[in-house]
Amino acid sequence: MTITSPPGQVPSPLAAPKPAKQKGGGFLRYVITRFLLIIPTVFILITVVFFLMRVTGDPITAALGGRLTPDQLAERIHEAGYDRPLFIQYFEYLGQIFTGNLGRTLTDNTAVTDILTTYGAATLELAINAVLVALIVGIPLGLVAAKFRDRYPDAILRVLAILAYATPVFFAGLLLKLIFGVWLHWLPIAGRADWQTELQLTTLQAPTGIYWLDALRSGNMEAFVNVTQHAILPAIALGLLTGGVFLRLVRTNAIGTLGREYVEAGRSRGVSEFRLTTKHAYRPALIPIITVMGMQIALLLGGAVLTETTFEWKGLGFKLAEYLTARDFVAVQGIVVLLAIIVAFTNFIVDILAALIDPRVRY
Amino acid sequence: MGTATLPASNKSWVDKLPIISHLKMSSGLQRGMLISGLALTGLFLIAAIFAPLIAPFDFAQSGNANGDFPRQAAPGGDFIWGTTSGGYDVFSRTIFGAQTAIFVIIAAVVMSLFLGVLLGLVSGYLGGWFDRIAVMLSDAIYAFPSLLLAIVMSIVISQGQSKVFGGVMAAAISITVVFIPQYFRVVRAEVMRLKAEPFVESAQVIGASPWRVMFTHLLRNATRTLPLIFTLNATEALLTLAGLGFLGFGIEPTSASEWGYDLNRAMSDATSGIWWTGLFPGLAIVVTVLGMTLVGESMNDLNDPRLRRFSRKKAKRITEAGVGA
Repeated sequence: MTITSPPGQVPSPLAAPKPAKQKGGGFLRYVITRFLLIIPTVFILITVVFFLMRVTGDPITAALGGRLTPDQLAERIHEAGYDRPLFIQYFEYLGQIFTGNLGRTLTDNTAVTDILTTYGAATLELAINAVLVALIVGIPLGLVAAKFRDRYPDAILRVLAILAYATPVFFAGLLLKLIFGVWLHWLPIAGRADWQTELQLTTLQAPTGIYWLDALRSGNMEAFVNVTQHAILPAIALGLLTGGVFLRLVRTNAIGTLGREYVEAGRSRGVSEFRLTTKHAYRPALIPIITVMGMQIALLLGGAVLTETTFEWKGLGFKLAEYLTARDFVAVQGIVVLLAIIVAFTNFIVDILAALIDPRVRY
Repeated sequence: MGTATLPASNKSWVDKLPIISHLKMSSGLQRGMLISGLALTGLFLIAAIFAPLIAPFDFAQSGNANGDFPRQAAPGGDFIWGTTSGGYDVFSRTIFGAQTAIFVIIAAVVMSLFLGVLLGLVSGYLGGWFDRIAVMLSDAIYAFPSLLLAIVMSIVISQGQSKVFGGVMAAAISITVVFIPQYFRVVRAEVMRLKAEPFVESAQVIGASPWRVMFTHLLRNATRTLPLIFTLNATEALLTLAGLGFLGFGIEPTSASEWGYDLNRAMSDATSGIWWTGLFPGLAIVVTVLGMTLVGESMNDLNDPRLRRFSRKKAKRITEAGVGA
């Protein structure tokens, strides 16, 4: 993965054929080509997931196998159309997805798209918080490590970064819960808010679902504090994982830029070392971060599933784990496809951002 | 590493072995990282190999001749790391967990190595529609969260054949699928580059069959960077296994001991302040991954001349500054 990719070589999130070298054309052409590349990616993932999930049996037997008689089971299977040829089901499924219908869950008969609208915001909030933590931790420490390259601060930070990678989010979460929740009683250990606050926030008019935003809009400072307290531990658990990656990335790139001639020129003009590091070397070192951010989305979402389960943070990952336990594979398939689409689109946005910032990417 | 005692004739190939040559190359901090990584990995290997000798109890043992073990007993006495809510000995389960981990790691890495290298060779050398489809597939899979893919795979496997393969094999296969694209990409890229080299062309001119070119000429050359990916994938395999176990897709507690599953069980203990059921399996994961990552990292640095710190002069200077390992 990105962890030890050699410096200077930025892995593209999608190594699909890059647009051909064009002198003109420029940005718009790149956006369109890149957008069209989403389609095969999503299509392949949907196909792979569909056939994998169906290869071994139908979801109804998996979910309700022990609870219904064989006759009832057969009837349910027939009703849902799972006894028809696989290819017909596949094309029907594709058609459904095309119209924005990802199916209904077996256990509680909810539309998968409703799960997205109900729980998506929570996952988004967690992801944003985690990226914030990762940036706050990763960038300054990465600069410090680059500045003190191969000396003690660098060695300690590198080991810490590896440690952040080596610690599974759920173990980090367990430790955080134990220390700050159970022993110190500083912070709550589960959920997104107290139930009173949660009730208050969900009855708001047109809630965004992102609790701190809703709390701010309602002007209720107590709710805001409560929501923030709940958000801290999950954000740290997930953020440290990504933060370690950022630290290494900033370090490698800042080492590259610190050795450049323009930095040397700045030094000869008497620019302070602090300013050299934080201003001159820092900006160009950030570009690869944005490119690699696309890769991080996949890592982040995988981590979010585990973090949400750890902290009972009711988002997409939490629901996914719930449906997994209930063996509701229609729901699992729906959520997985949903996440695949989200990943593909985020990658697209990240690539466009990278192209905006660094024009070289476009060609 | 005992290389000094070996006869001179053997020295050449011993020195070329991946880790030993890296040890020789390294100095200062890098050597420190490499050695501590090797030490931690060694600890893991010892635990895995000698688990039945080290662990006082079996991983699925919740009682002995004197009756049931106490539940959630604090560390001390017979149970140096305490017991779980099911009455299992935490120390024994953690030690046996290394066995499960190493089995899954080896199975997953070997299978993905084999399939990934094979696909990469064929795809890169023969090209054509097969290549295009393989690249599309591997790109799509590569961009996808690996944990989710492993979940899908473990549903596929454990739904149909869980009794034949057992949970350990199911986990290994799930992880394999995630890693095939990584080997595939690396090998394919190398093969594409090597295809244009004169030695491949001369083999073709002599009339060597495509298979001969692939397996005698290209294979050795295209797989030079793989030891590095190997260490990286080993850690990812372990983390994915633990993630699967944590989500309840792991291995039944009575059929094998798995750290992620134990951590899942420990989550509810933590709320009531019981720390030992979660801390030790968690630390086991961290120590193992840390060890293997340190080894992989150091090897990566040492392979890259820009990152290597090997000149004696420089090493001496660092040591004099009081920063040496």
